[in-house]
Parts: sequence; structure tokens; C-alpha cells
Amino acid sequence: MTAVDTRPRTEASTPGGRARALHRGLFGNGRRPGFLTYGLLFAFFLASAYPLWWSVIIGSRSNEALGQTWPPLFPGGNFWTNVGEVFDTIPFWLALGNSVLISGIITVSVVGFSTLAGYSFAKLRFRGRNGLMVAVVATMAIPTQLGIIPLFMLMRTLGWTGEIGAVVIPTLVTAFGVFFMRQYLVDVIPDELIESARMDGASMISTFWHVALPAARPAMAILGLFTFMTAWTDFLWPLLVLDAGNPTLQTALSQLQSARYVDYSIVLAGAVIATLPLLVLFVVAGRQLISGIMQGAVKG
Amino acid sequence: MESGTLMTTTLNRPAASSPAPAKPTLTFRQRLNVLDMKGSPYLYIAPFFILFALVGLFPLGYTFFVSLFDWHLLKGQGEFVGLRNFQEVLQDRFFWNSLFNTMSIFLLSTIPQLIVATAIAAVLDQNLRGKTFWRMSILLPYIVTPVAVALIFANMFGEQYGLINNILASFGIERILWTNETLPSHIAIATMVNWRWTGYNALILLAAMQAVPRDIYESAAIDGAGAFRRFFSITLPSIRPTMIFVVITATIGGLQIFTEPRLFDPRTAGGTGRQFQTTVLYLWDMAFQRSNFGKAATIAWLLFLIIILFGIVNYLISRRIATTGDGRGPGSGARRRRRGESAAPAVVLPAVGPQPPAPAADPAPESAGSAGTPARTNPRRAR
Repeated sequence: MTAVDTRPRTEASTPGGRARALHRGLFGNGRRPGFLTYGLLFAFFLASAYPLWWSVIIGSRSNEALGQTWPPLFPGGNFWTNVGEVFDTIPFWLALGNSVLISGIITVSVVGFSTLAGYSFAKLRFRGRNGLMVAVVATMAIPTQLGIIPLFMLMRTLGWTGEIGAVVIPTLVTAFGVFFMRQYLVDVIPDELIESARMDGASMISTFWHVALPAARPAMAILGLFTFMTAWTDFLWPLLVLDAGNPTLQTALSQLQSARYVDYSIVLAGAVIATLPLLVLFVVAGRQLISGIMQGAVKG
Repeated sequence: MESGTLMTTTLNRPAASSPAPAKPTLTFRQRLNVLDMKGSPYLYIAPFFILFALVGLFPLGYTFFVSLFDWHLLKGQGEFVGLRNFQEVLQDRFFWNSLFNTMSIFLLSTIPQLIVATAIAAVLDQNLRGKTFWRMSILLPYIVTPVAVALIFANMFGEQYGLINNILASFGIERILWTNETLPSHIAIATMVNWRWTGYNALILLAAMQAVPRDIYESAAIDGAGAFRRFFSITLPSIRPTMIFVVITATIGGLQIFTEPRLFDPRTAGGTGRQFQTTVLYLWDMAFQRSNFGKAATIAWLLFLIIILFGIVNYLISRRIATTGDGRGPGSGARRRRRGESAAPAVVLPAVGPQPPAPAADPAPESAGSAGTPARTNPRRAR
């Protein structure tokens, strides 16, 4: 297996890729892309960005802006008033803090346990390794989210409903994470490196710490990014176990829409400010997100 | 226990420090070392298996147990009813309605998404200026959470003052009842899903397109194949395994869709006439609005079986396609023209993990054929 280069073949990672890319056009016809291409790209850009921009426009005006046939092109001056209304309606900062805490705990746990188990599966020899790895792969196919009823009963029995712990517990580990780390580590750490560390008298855990962990870092970052995103966007489970007084950002946001009289400019102002944290993450880590998605498609 | 036989070679060394060893025994340090070597691998995988069993498998199994009882949200476990819940749910037209809605929304969100994502990927697969900018621009919707997406689009699709009806009206087209009619409501919900995921999938397909060796295009061009011919006879077949993979991950999320229909009209659980009540929404309604845990568990269990069934079908189809697809698979590869070693990787996986980063996996490490097939994984897809 090691003889085959399974590294992602995106043009960014292969040295020859850039040179090759110079001779490509649409459908590989060798020309530099023209006006049509950029027109299409701009259309995609508009389709991606317009719903958000529209939310900014309506969220910074009042409900009346919704009634206009053609919406205004630019934001109005009501944004902070509307945001103030959002803060009065939902415990925004508490919700934001909860979301950060919950997603953070889940990310640390998933990445930590996945790296540990993935390393063990990739590089250590033990009886039953293959069988257990098959079990991991098989469990990825199981929709564990459908176990919400017993989980809910369990949390209620333990008296944890309403607490952050109840949200965190069901997703502390994922089979996907283990599989992902195993696939990465199996190629990236040479067996000789582990053996020589062992020869030097390093214990198993210090071999893991000093050899595996540094090598695993890029994959840990990608897994962490996506685990964080997934935990951050989760809605159903926090909706069940948390109450309106101690929500996550998602469940708090949904309350804006559930009010008896819905002021859409406030709802959309809420949607906009709730999107800001991930927008910041996107600006900071957007490239990693993209390469994570693209590498995941070719190799995990 | 086994350590004695294992360590004999090292043990025969005269142990200078230990006073008169009657038989070759291990020093404390050595014992510790053996224990470390033998035990650590299990210790490292144990947290995963223990936690997964507790919070993943056990609740699923217990769901089946609950489904065999009359079970009330507050009153708790009631009388044992055997399979009566299953009988009732299978005869419940609202259950079938929810399955129909789920499938309908799933198809409306998967097929157009795949087509558009392929088109975007083809446009992106060129020597562009500002490549990162364009890639980021199509990924932008992915960072908007499903709740925010649902709030935004529920307003856009508003029947009275929604943006879309306003624009339609300005062209003299009659307002569409986006929430009150079945098909329009499905289209609206599918649009939320499509908006969030199309760019993401386009990037996956783009990666697959870039893995197609360029010389194939060049020789096809020399042979006189035009751009569209090249796209349909080279690009599309090469990325087919990836497209299957995209469909698989879409299936997992799509069959459990909840957030979008829940928030499309928050006053109802899937519309006044349940016209967009999906199965998970019905499950939620049954459990937490009507307090019938027994039946809700039954719905969960049935949906579980359906998803597993989809997973198996997906696995069989994708394995067939993967092995006929790129000439690497055992046997059947010869039937198709060999597309070159680095054509889009072969294996599309059985996997159908619904839970957060839902993946698709290489069937198993040991089945990876002679060539060491790159596995495909994808951190994705919970809604």
C-alpha cells in the first residue's frame, strides 16, 4: 500500500500541477478562460452572497422594506436598533458562549480520541485490529442520531436536561473521526520512526506524543474544523435537551421566528449577527476549509 | 502469561544487577514495558469504543425496546404491546405521508444540486485568475447554519411579502403559495438545502476533475473531440464515483432532514396539512408534542431500517460502479477502457454515517485491492 502515492492530486500540492494547469481551459481545451467563464462565476457568486446581503438589507431596515416589490439595494440605518431588539428577545451572549463551549468541548474530544484510536489502528499491532477496524467502518453507516428518544430519557433521568453536558455527551466520539485519522496516519508516519523511538526506550505514550502527534497535526486541524462546524450547526438535539433560558445560538435564533408577532427585520438581523462568528472563521480558515473538502474528496 | 515465551531472547542475558535469578524472570521494568506494548493499543481505542457503545449503540438498541411498549413522555414505561406500535405506524397514513415528503424533498435537493455542482466544478476547473476567491465565494453558504438559512429563506418564500412572490408579481405572475401547497413547499425547502450544499459539493467534484490526467484531454483533442464531447466522454465518466459519493452523503443527511421543515413554518409541525412534514419532524411531533414515546421510537426504528437499506443499496451500486469505473477493481475492469492510474479514485464507500461529519468510507482497509485504493472521506453533512 505504501508504494502507491495516494496524496491528493490537486494542483496546489503537485509541483507539476501549476505548469500543467497553464495549458487548460474549460473542459481542458487549453485556452485561458474568457468572459463567459467569469460571467458565470460572478453569477454563482451572486447566488451565494445575495441571500446574505438581502438579510443585511432587510435586517437594517424595518418590516416595510419587505413590502416593496424590488428590495432596496443597500442597507438602511436600523441595524443596531434591530440588533438591540434581538438582544432583548433572546439571551444572545449566553447562547453564543454556550455554542462556543459546546462546539469546543466536542471538537477537543472528537479530535483527541480519534487521533489516539486512529494512531493505534494505523501503526500499532494488536490482536483483533482488523476486525475492530471493520467495526469502526461499519458503525459509520449507523444513523446514531435516531437514538434520541432513549438519550433524552437518559438525560432526564440523570437530571442533565437544560445543561450543556447533555448536549455534548452524544457526540464526544465519532466513528468517522477514527476512520479519518487512521487513513491519514497510515501513510504519513513511517514505521521505522516508531520503531526507533521504541528502541530508544520511549514508552508507547511518549512515542505517540512525540512522533505521532506532530505528524497528525494537519489532519487534526481539518477534522477539528469540520467537527466544530457540525457541532455549531446542530439544532435538533440541543432543541430537545436545552430550554429557552439556556440555549445554543441555533436554538436561540429559532426562537426569533417563533414569536407570536414576527418582525422579519429583527429575525434577519438576528440571522446576520449569528452568522458573523462563522464568517470570521471563514475569512481566517477559508483556505483550510476548501482544501479540507477537496482533499477529503480524493483522500482522507 | 505470554510474556515468558515472547521475551526469552532478551532474558537469557545474564542479569548482572539482579541477585541470583533462579529462572529467567522479567524485571519489573521489563514487565511494565511488555504490558505497555501489549496493552496500549487497546487503551488507545478503548475510549472510542466505550463512548460509542454508550451514547451511540445502546440508545439505538434501547429505541427498539421502547417501541415494544406503550410509553408516555411523562408517565414513562407502560404496558408491553409487542409489535402493535409497528402495526399501527405502518398503517398510519401520516407516516407514509412523511416518508413521501422526505423522499420528494430529497430528490428535489439532490438531483438539481448534483447537476449545478457539476457545472460549477467544470467552470472552476480552469486556469482562473483569483481561484481562491471564486472557490470561497461558492463555499460561502456553507458557513450559514441551517437555522439561519431556514430563517432567511422562509422570509424569501413568504406568501404575502416574500421577495420571490414580490418579484413574480412584478412580472405579472400569480403569487405562489409556498407554504400551503405541497410541491411549492417542497421546492422551497429543497432550495434551502441546495443553497447551502451546492458549492460544497462543487468543490468535491472539482477535486475529482482535477485528478483526471490532462494528457487524456490532449489526446482526445488531437483526435478531434470538441469541448462538450470531451466533457461528456472524459470528465463525466471519470468523476462518476465521486458523484455517487456525493449522492450517498446527501442521502444520509437528506433522509433525516429536520431543521428546514421545522422552521419553515414554526407554528406547525410541517405545515397546516402536514404538506411538508418529514419523517424526523413526524418523529419529533409524536415524541414531544403528542408525548407518545412508544410510537416515536417505532418511527425512529423504521427510519433507521430504511437508512440502513439505502446504505446497503448505495454500497452495492457504488461498488459495482467503482470496480467497473476505473479499471482497478478486480475482474470487471477490463470491460471499460482503462482511464489511467490517477483517474478519480475508485472506491466509494458503503458508508452512510449520518452523524456529524458523515463520511463515506473505503469498504475496509483489507479490501482495498492490490493498488492501495485511496479512500474517500468527507467530513460532512448533518443538518
